[in-house]
Amino acid sequence: MMVATSVKRWLSAAAFGALALGTASTGVMAAGGAVDLPEQEWSFEGIFGHFDRGEVQRGLQVYLNVCASCHGLQYVAYRDLGDIGYDEDQVKAIAAQYEVPAGPNQDGETHDADGYPLMRTALPSDRFVSPFPNENAAAAMNGGAVPPDLSLMYKARPNGADYIYALLTGYYDEPPEDFDLPEDFEMMAGLSFNAYFPGHQIAMAPPLYGDDVEYADGTEATIEQEARDVTAFLAWAAEPNLERRKNMGIKVILFLIVMTGLFYASKRKIWRDQH
Amino acid sequence: MADDDGGSRRDFLYIATGAVAGVGTLAAVWPLIDQMNPSKDVLALATTEVDLSSIEEGQSVTVMWRGKPVFIRARTPQEIDEARATPLDQLKDPQSDQDRVVKDPWLVMVGVCTHLGCVPVGDDGDYDGWYCPCHGSHYDTSGRIRKGPAPENLPIPEYVFLDDTTIRIG
Amino acid sequence: MSNASLGTRVVRWIDYRMPIFTLLDHAVGSGYPTPKNLSYWWNFGSLAGLVLVIQIATGIVLAMHYTPHVDMAFASVERIMRDVNFGWLIRYVHANGASAFFVVVYIHIFRGLYYGSYREPRELLWIIGVIILLCMMATAFMGYVLPWGQMSFWGATVITNLFSAVPLVGDAIVSWLWGGFSVDNPTLQRFYSLHYLLPFVIVGLVVLHIWALHRFGSNNPLGIDTKGDKDTIPFHPYYTVKDLFGMGVFFIIFFAFVFYAPNYLGHPDNYIPADPLVTPAHIVPEWYFLPFYAILRSITFDVLFIPAKLMGVILMFASILVLLILPWLDRSPVRSAKFRPIYKQVFWLLLVVTVILGIVGAKTPSDPVFADKCPVAEVTEEEAAAIARGEMEEKKPPFCFQYVHLGQIGTAYYFLHFLVLIPLLGRFEKTRPLPPSISEPVLGGGTAAGAAVTREKA
Repeated sequence: MMVATSVKRWLSAAAFGALALGTASTGVMAAGGAVDLPEQEWSFEGIFGHFDRGEVQRGLQVYLNVCASCHGLQYVAYRDLGDIGYDEDQVKAIAAQYEVPAGPNQDGETHDADGYPLMRTALPSDRFVSPFPNENAAAAMNGGAVPPDLSLMYKARPNGADYIYALLTGYYDEPPEDFDLPEDFEMMAGLSFNAYFPGHQIAMAPPLYGDDVEYADGTEATIEQEARDVTAFLAWAAEPNLERRKNMGIKVILFLIVMTGLFYASKRKIWRDQH
Repeated sequence: MADDDGGSRRDFLYIATGAVAGVGTLAAVWPLIDQMNPSKDVLALATTEVDLSSIEEGQSVTVMWRGKPVFIRARTPQEIDEARATPLDQLKDPQSDQDRVVKDPWLVMVGVCTHLGCVPVGDDGDYDGWYCPCHGSHYDTSGRIRKGPAPENLPIPEYVFLDDTTIRIG
Repeated sequence: MSNASLGTRVVRWIDYRMPIFTLLDHAVGSGYPTPKNLSYWWNFGSLAGLVLVIQIATGIVLAMHYTPHVDMAFASVERIMRDVNFGWLIRYVHANGASAFFVVVYIHIFRGLYYGSYREPRELLWIIGVIILLCMMATAFMGYVLPWGQMSFWGATVITNLFSAVPLVGDAIVSWLWGGFSVDNPTLQRFYSLHYLLPFVIVGLVVLHIWALHRFGSNNPLGIDTKGDKDTIPFHPYYTVKDLFGMGVFFIIFFAFVFYAPNYLGHPDNYIPADPLVTPAHIVPEWYFLPFYAILRSITFDVLFIPAKLMGVILMFASILVLLILPWLDRSPVRSAKFRPIYKQVFWLLLVVTVILGIVGAKTPSDPVFADKCPVAEVTEEEAAAIARGEMEEKKPPFCFQYVHLGQIGTAYYFLHFLVLIPLLGRFEKTRPLPPSISEPVLGGGTAAGAAVTREKA
């Protein structure tokens, strides 16, 4: 009897352990043979996670000055920047630096005399303007490799924040000597070596060199600093409701614990005559 | 069994449990209701800025605002005089023309007939203003109802002049 | 009773004309006698009903904002996540709700397996349950396609392509499912329509499931029939309050996922918009399909005249359909595993095998289970030259235990369990003595006389 029980216990423990392992492994696999990512600390992780306004604002600067020339952010609207500490006039000013297609004017024209599409100044209600008019244009101007939209990059890669940071800081002129590469590895022309990109050859040239932006708050713009800031910005861009979600979560779960406690007390009371 | 004396004694524990469960249910239902309220992208379009500089005297433009047409007309002096000369007691919905404009010559109003929601046509009707073809309501040069089934004047949206030639509606 | 309150009088007035309150009382009220010894494993039926309600409520709301069009579906989901009031919460509840539904229902099914809840006279109850599971799977699969991310698109492509294995008409069926020549807009629109329809079919089936349940009442941990009032207690308030407590515990775990790990059970690739030109490196179904996916992929060889692909599809469906005939495969005189020492061990083994199949389903089939890499064949220069000249056959690499092999063993055991072990155990297993009734458990060690007490026919 004792043996049977302990075997049963062991088996069920193994089963649940294996289940956890199984679900975890699906995530790891999707990395597609990339090396392990160095783990970073992020203010937005954990139960009390929140965005560091300064970090995210610096990240916006890096995105607008560096990334935005190739990468869109099509699901984020300029008005959303209100969430990370910009006031209405600042948001309007940022939007006003960009132009969006204006569509037919009162005379039904869609293009001006020189054949260019009619444009208007972007408004806070517009979404971030993509650098290329369509995917074919993006491919044609980038040697066939379409720079992906960054709106959801943080959620579209396993361990998104660590991945973006590692990728941005993982460029080398030459593969490092001690780097474990497949024997038939050969660098292709026009690609750059990156320690963390799956396959280690990436079409994106190193985007950050340090001092690519002059931070409004005077922070020194090292590569690591810029990579960190833009990662935080992209995390916000992908999950703008993260703070709301985590704040609400604490309240909901505390409430549920109280409610469940009351249900349990009622259950004990009602069942008292049965035990 | 002492707690169970015929169900006459209300038990604090059960009341507390029921109350907490009730609050929880209501809190859970609220997001399902609130999701039908205007979303953030809809609210972002709740204001529209219009550049008036290209509208010449005697011309009207129609802009979309909150999914409805807004008529913006640069009125001629005759239209303004005609509107202001009309005695209030001839009006179904008495309102002076001055109360309906922020700055001459601009008349800005929501182009939805107050009868059943059709869009009136401009430069038409018995009063040189707007005419609703659906059920024959006539509006004057100030957009006030003069004849026909509509009960009220064409409504004036909230708007401000950001500078001499730009207004923000909403 | 003459001074009955207004509420009571209204209830009586309605009930006389339409006995809905009587019906409810007999269904989940004090008028429904329930075995007094149900354990917490019996909470999962009501939990499944709760999750179904949550899924329908959140789903109807999401449908108010979702656009079923290949050009707009992904963006409309992002609009829900960003702009719709509480949209992010509602979508995360719905997405995690699908996983919760399967967790709860799988536990509910394994509880049925352990305690013999499928046995006579509850066969039809069990069969309706299996049909509910099939409908849930179809609903979940089509729902996962709707966000139109990479996994949506490629999952839909892979699963619909299964039907091409059907002889003769396979390609015609696939083209009919797609409404075109690949997964495209017509596919998305019909999946949306059916994803909205099927949950209400499930509601109908749940009504039948509960109806059938009430014919003989719940099974219980002892697996013996109730014998009179001593063995039962009214469903309300005893089990209503117990179910509420179970729901509270469920909510705590569920909302921990929704608020703190909402994407843990999802796949990152589904945040990349669908691209018919680029297949993700690894197409993995949602976790709840993994064991079946492993069975599908484990058939890498033709069986007699049946091609491997068709056999995989047949076995995948058979792995669920076999549950339909389970009540007739199991002929044991005893229902509950409590009194079936060998079946009990076999049951846990089945659970472990199912979990292992789930792990296999998430892995690349050719990856080794125990090593980092499978060794390649050692070929000397002379041998290589001989092979090049065609004088020698290609050398086979040394055997390497890959996930596909593990999947094959798991698949074999899965069917062995249902088709061989269960019938054999029913005949030859020496069961332990059953207590005479729920309220009189066997005292002390079992006696030989006790063993003679067998299940009564209802």
